[in-house]
Amino acid sequence: MTTPDSGAQHGTVTELDRVTIRFAGDSGDGMQLTGSQFTATTALFGNDVSTLPDYPAEIRAPAGSLPGVSGFQISFSSGDIHTPGDRPDVLVAMNPAALKVNLGDLVPGGAIIVNTDAFNDINLRKAGFAEDPLKNQSLQGYNLYEIPMSTMVAGACEGLGLSSKQVELTKNFFALGVMFWLYERSMAGTEKWIAEKFAGKDAIAEANRRALHAGYAFGETTEIFHTHYRVAAAHLPPGTYRNITGNEATALGFVMASKLAERDLFLASYPITPASDILHQLSSYKHLGIKTVQSEDEIAAIGAAVGAAYGGAMGMTTTSGPGMALKAEMLGLAVMVELPLVVVDVQRAGPSTGMPTKTEQGDLLMSMFGRNSDSPIPVIAPATPAECFTMAIEAWRIALHHMTPVVFLSDAFLATGAEPWSIPNVADLPSIKVENAPASDKPGFRPYQRDPETLARPWAVPGTPGLEHRIGGLEKLDELGTVSYDPDNHHRMNLLRAEKVARVARDIPPTEIYGDTTGDLLILGWGSTYGSIRSAVERLQSRGKRVSHAHLRYLNPLPTDLGEMLKNFKHVLMPELNAGQLRMLIRAKYLVDAVGFNLVRGKPFQIGEIEAKAESILGESVEAAK
Amino acid sequence: MTQSELPVLTKKDFESDQDVRWCPGCGDYSILAQTQKTMPTFGVAKEKIVFISGIGCSGRLPYYMNTYGFHTIHGRAATIATGLKAARPDLMVWVITGDGDALSIGGNHLIHAMRRNVDMKMIMFNNRIYGLTKGQASPTSPIGKKTKSTPLGTIETPIIPLNLVAAAEASFIARSVDTHSEHLQEMMQRAGEHSGAAFLEVLQNCNIFNDGAWRDFTDKSVKEDRMLVLKHGEPMIFGAERNKGIRLNGLQPEVVTIGENGITVADLWVHDETDPDATRTQILSRMWWPDFPVPVGVFRRVPRPTHDQLLVEQIEGAKAARAAKGPVDLQKLLASGETWTVE
Repeated sequence: MTTPDSGAQHGTVTELDRVTIRFAGDSGDGMQLTGSQFTATTALFGNDVSTLPDYPAEIRAPAGSLPGVSGFQISFSSGDIHTPGDRPDVLVAMNPAALKVNLGDLVPGGAIIVNTDAFNDINLRKAGFAEDPLKNQSLQGYNLYEIPMSTMVAGACEGLGLSSKQVELTKNFFALGVMFWLYERSMAGTEKWIAEKFAGKDAIAEANRRALHAGYAFGETTEIFHTHYRVAAAHLPPGTYRNITGNEATALGFVMASKLAERDLFLASYPITPASDILHQLSSYKHLGIKTVQSEDEIAAIGAAVGAAYGGAMGMTTTSGPGMALKAEMLGLAVMVELPLVVVDVQRAGPSTGMPTKTEQGDLLMSMFGRNSDSPIPVIAPATPAECFTMAIEAWRIALHHMTPVVFLSDAFLATGAEPWSIPNVADLPSIKVENAPASDKPGFRPYQRDPETLARPWAVPGTPGLEHRIGGLEKLDELGTVSYDPDNHHRMNLLRAEKVARVARDIPPTEIYGDTTGDLLILGWGSTYGSIRSAVERLQSRGKRVSHAHLRYLNPLPTDLGEMLKNFKHVLMPELNAGQLRMLIRAKYLVDAVGFNLVRGKPFQIGEIEAKAESILGESVEAAK
Repeated sequence: MTQSELPVLTKKDFESDQDVRWCPGCGDYSILAQTQKTMPTFGVAKEKIVFISGIGCSGRLPYYMNTYGFHTIHGRAATIATGLKAARPDLMVWVITGDGDALSIGGNHLIHAMRRNVDMKMIMFNNRIYGLTKGQASPTSPIGKKTKSTPLGTIETPIIPLNLVAAAEASFIARSVDTHSEHLQEMMQRAGEHSGAAFLEVLQNCNIFNDGAWRDFTDKSVKEDRMLVLKHGEPMIFGAERNKGIRLNGLQPEVVTIGENGITVADLWVHDETDPDATRTQILSRMWWPDFPVPVGVFRRVPRPTHDQLLVEQIEGAKAARAAKGPVDLQKLLASGETWTVE
């Protein structure tokens, strides 16, 4: 049997620090699976990894068409990396459409591995190729590897009694086998996955196993690859790691929050891309006592969450932009009745339905202000997939301790992207427990009598004797909580609601700065742009530039140390995947002339783009000084 | 405290300290009074009772009940009740709504609360008008109804609420009238005793914006002849003389006179609240004056597991299945999938 250890049978081994691969094919070709299998094996090998799945919203666009192309990019390294890579070094293209869509991103001189069997007249025409690019000179600047994958798997699967269509479906495992050989990966993890996935379907399991091995053997024995590549394990900090996506980390974070708060978790949600996986995952945790409801619509989902919160549970809802828009009125109610609630918005490209599977940071101002009247809500945002875990707990800590709804802003890139996660020790995580208001035998319970420190009101849960009271969306009389139309009272309550949220800033950690605390340029970001910004700043710093990076996790209220920090830099650059939403807030609050860098293409920033923007600001600054 | 140790409560225990602010003469006063009178009959501690309302004149009711109360937003009371009951199966949850709140802006939630069989008792005040916003057409306004928003008369066919909830698989369906206080109390009590989604339509008079909407058949002077009081297991007889009845000819109801053309009581449709087929519930719900007497009473009462029961059952089942494999270890849950260790 072939093992990775015996893999280097011919050719040379080339040592690399970092490789970025993009698997691309028809949405029916199993590219997401291929990519995630390669990721799991690579993470297990010890590389640092970062991934970017890129798939069409349609379940199955017409086969062979350009809109039907599904891609999965993985970057892996022997060092610490923060992004899935700007441009792939290697493109695996399973058909002409995949080649057409992705070729422009490939680095000059990059490798292209194609399934030549898919390059027939029909597919070429669907992809809009006038002539076969494999046969003319158009791919001259690349290393082209032509493999008849469909033919190879047909041979490998002979005698299994499967239809040619069933056999054809295994070609992604052939491609995976080739990549495993090229990068010295073990097939063991994928073999185990195949055995579990196709348990009871022996012929299918065997076909996929054979396709995988055939790909590996092809790399090993044929002469078309002159070298294979070694990317040594990364030196990550000590710990036990797993690979995790943002949505997985978010779901686990909420499970942990429930444990740390010693309170039941209740999720009501309406299916929406790219947030649904959180609903799926939490729905599978019935054995942990987690209650989930798939609601009839987005409003019902947040309504049920408010109802559960009123009943003393940790009521929450998960959604994306269009759903967030529908939840606005109920969020306002949660503000008025001052109940804890967590709303997850996994942002996607908009407006309207937009590009459901593509990433964007367009919902910040909606989260901040998208309700009638002054209606302040804390807003927090994780910066990386793994960080979704800690920020999910943080969302609940704030909601519970400050008796307020909290918006947790994730995005499609965080949600579906993956990275290694150093699994925390559960015993080390601090409690976030709060108590319900105690039963009373005295009349005159005051549901809006506030904690002097946090201004949180008591959580008076139905079933508690002596606390019977009425709440609702009508303005409340201070302390007593009865309905009030008194003008001064309304003004006072508005100030109190604002001050309550402002005081959240008292117990958030100081803002970390990467680099010097003074300099020529501070790049200030939030959310999933973390990786691209950090990588750009590392490169700039390595060239001696006086550039630092700060990344905000707390968007409302903003950290109290931020104003001073901004003053210590000549320039502030704010890259955002929107038209400049946080920048508007920062400029308004601190009167700082922050410069925006704004792209909305449905995909993350490339490192080089941020680097170039920073260079241009620094360059102009030098010019101006002359 | 067990049920038997509960202090005996009275109507007064359920009256809050808030001034009631409906227009003088409003039908809501009677509904409130019957609600307060009915609550002590359930033997449920008042801290375990929650009233949830939407927006509209009806939405004010929770403020006047000395229980837990939540005046929410327009149309969404059912959603909040759904979450509350799922999180807290121990509570008795009442939803107070109106024809605009439940059937217009909240129509979707109504349907789904009923099909889920959320254990909530929904009382819908139907006055066929938007009262709080000062007199626009509602989804139950009759066709041709002239209002401020429909000066030439509404051109929209009204919803028959009970027909709608029957189609939505409601497990308890009833109708009463604001001024028929004893009947209304009885219906509230029976709704409260039902396990599952109970829908009680109360024909309520808005004396300011739609006075007399139901008077043609609810008025004392005519109600015997123009209304049919449904009684489980009994033939459908009505009329001041008690000589009129309903016969079901296939799927077609007919008004017949007992003693005429050889009709006897044995020919009449016998009401069965527990009829598993909602078709006949819908036939009943469509009977309307002047073609038919307007039925009041319990139309339908079928046993069905409630949403919270099924939810808890699934959780307990999953917990038991998991417990057989040893205690839940969150550390292991976090580490699910492949892991590796960096020394």
